[in-house]
Amino acid sequence: MSIENIKKEFPIFNSKVHNNDLIYLDSANSSQKPQSVIDRVNDFYTNEFSNTGRSVHFLAVAATNLYENTRSSVQRYINAKDKNEIVFTKGATEAINLVANTFGQKYLEEGDEILITELEHHSNYVPWHFLRQSKGIKIEFAEINDDGEITLESIEKKITSKTKLIAITHLSNVTGAVLPIKEITQLAHSKGIAVLIDGCQGAPHLKLDMQDIDCDFYVISCHKMYGPTGLGVLYAKKKWLEQLPPYQGGGGMINDVKKDSITYGDLPNKYEAGTMATAQVIAFDQSIKFLEKVGIESMIKHEQELIEYGQEILRKNNSVKLIGNPKNRAAVLSFTIEGVHPHDIATILDEDGVAIRAGHHCCQILHDKLGISASARASLGVYNTKEDLDQLNSSINNCKKIFNL
Amino acid sequence: MNIKELYQEIILEHGKNPRNLGKTENFNKDAMGKNPLCGDNVHVFLKLDKSKKVEDISFEGSGCAISMASASIMTDLIKGKEEAEVKEIVNDFLGMIKENPELKSKNLKEDEKTKLMCLSGVKQYPMRVKCATLSWHTLISAIDNTQEEINTERLD
Repeated sequence: MSIENIKKEFPIFNSKVHNNDLIYLDSANSSQKPQSVIDRVNDFYTNEFSNTGRSVHFLAVAATNLYENTRSSVQRYINAKDKNEIVFTKGATEAINLVANTFGQKYLEEGDEILITELEHHSNYVPWHFLRQSKGIKIEFAEINDDGEITLESIEKKITSKTKLIAITHLSNVTGAVLPIKEITQLAHSKGIAVLIDGCQGAPHLKLDMQDIDCDFYVISCHKMYGPTGLGVLYAKKKWLEQLPPYQGGGGMINDVKKDSITYGDLPNKYEAGTMATAQVIAFDQSIKFLEKVGIESMIKHEQELIEYGQEILRKNNSVKLIGNPKNRAAVLSFTIEGVHPHDIATILDEDGVAIRAGHHCCQILHDKLGISASARASLGVYNTKEDLDQLNSSINNCKKIFNL
Repeated sequence: MNIKELYQEIILEHGKNPRNLGKTENFNKDAMGKNPLCGDNVHVFLKLDKSKKVEDISFEGSGCAISMASASIMTDLIKGKEEAEVKEIVNDFLGMIKENPELKSKNLKEDEKTKLMCLSGVKQYPMRVKCATLSWHTLISAIDNTQEEINTERLD
């Protein structure tokens, strides 16, 4: 699949926005879907629909096999040791809540510490805050440097004998900084600390190898990865999934149910209570196939060229200030324009068909630290081109003109 | 709709140089408001005299051009009006932003109406309506002394 023609795989780009071509620069929020993923949802409901795992009839067996196929594809894509280390959830948010809830229940006591960073999305902070309230644990924040990065040293500084888990993002959805997660994991493990990686932004843009990273938990948001909404993945090392208690109770997650006792099912059923997002799981297989067809290496190369180009043109644009200057940046360009509020920028860009996001991007801690209430963010997907970034720049110029800058 | 109908000169001007920005001395009523989705916030300060006339009004806050201009224009218009008149004007403004084609208030002069109608462009931008109405809801909260922070996500 040639990367130059990749936009053609995404039917949304046939749509017009205010009579203009769509320039979609909001993939960090959610990515667009290739035709193959859309078709798969439709095909499954049209020709193959059944619930999974419960019945012995033809359709149920076929749907179960398709569902489990995706699990194997995810295992292959992220290089997990065992397919049962892949748990489907309703989203990355639920995946983090699952870990916070079960890990918290079993291993955390008053005074224990969770170490996160100032870059974290609210979904990798609020679930730990619940534990702060219910169990009296403490939350420590590793601090960013002036370039909007988290270094190994900034993590090391905050580790104490009470630190039980380090929960950090792979790639910041605001500064675009790629964190040294392999080194952080090594450091954490040398001190007996478990590591959770929030891969919402990392998974769609970076190479994933669980054996290389060696983290204990890795969380994926499927809709940011050219897949359907309502679906997330929790990768967890088998030892954790075996030791941790179940998260939600219901059908499908049990082994034996009696009036006075219940035993739980084996992995991964133990963590997949109730009817799952069957069609989404089955369609997500097509997202992985799409990424494999594009090729991870060529996707990374393409997006890296774009991010370099985007930084170059925005740096040249007077009154545009890029947020962060990480040495290792991917997929995200957040900025402010002196004299124009980010919401006004977003409304004006939208008129040209340029979709960006404005606000705090669910990172209020980071924006407070930066001393701003909001920022504008252009984020990339595999379908973006240099022409898209040129249009971004020219719409920014239009915005400056409207505001007499 | 052209984007310039939303960002008219008067809005840009008020957004850039908001009137009545700061904390009124000896204010006797105040209220805060915020839009949790975008982080806009406003704090309205009122000084009512004994006859319940607005002797002074000001605001503090941060937000987009629309929300700053709306608060600026509002404070300009409200100064000197009676409490009952203020409430009537606020209702008229919110009604216009929501559905009415024009302002009907007898408490507004024609030039005041013209000024306020500059904000009517947001009707075409549903995501931005809350930017324009935040300070107005907050003003009512201050007058009624509800002691409740206005939250745009909890309004109709």
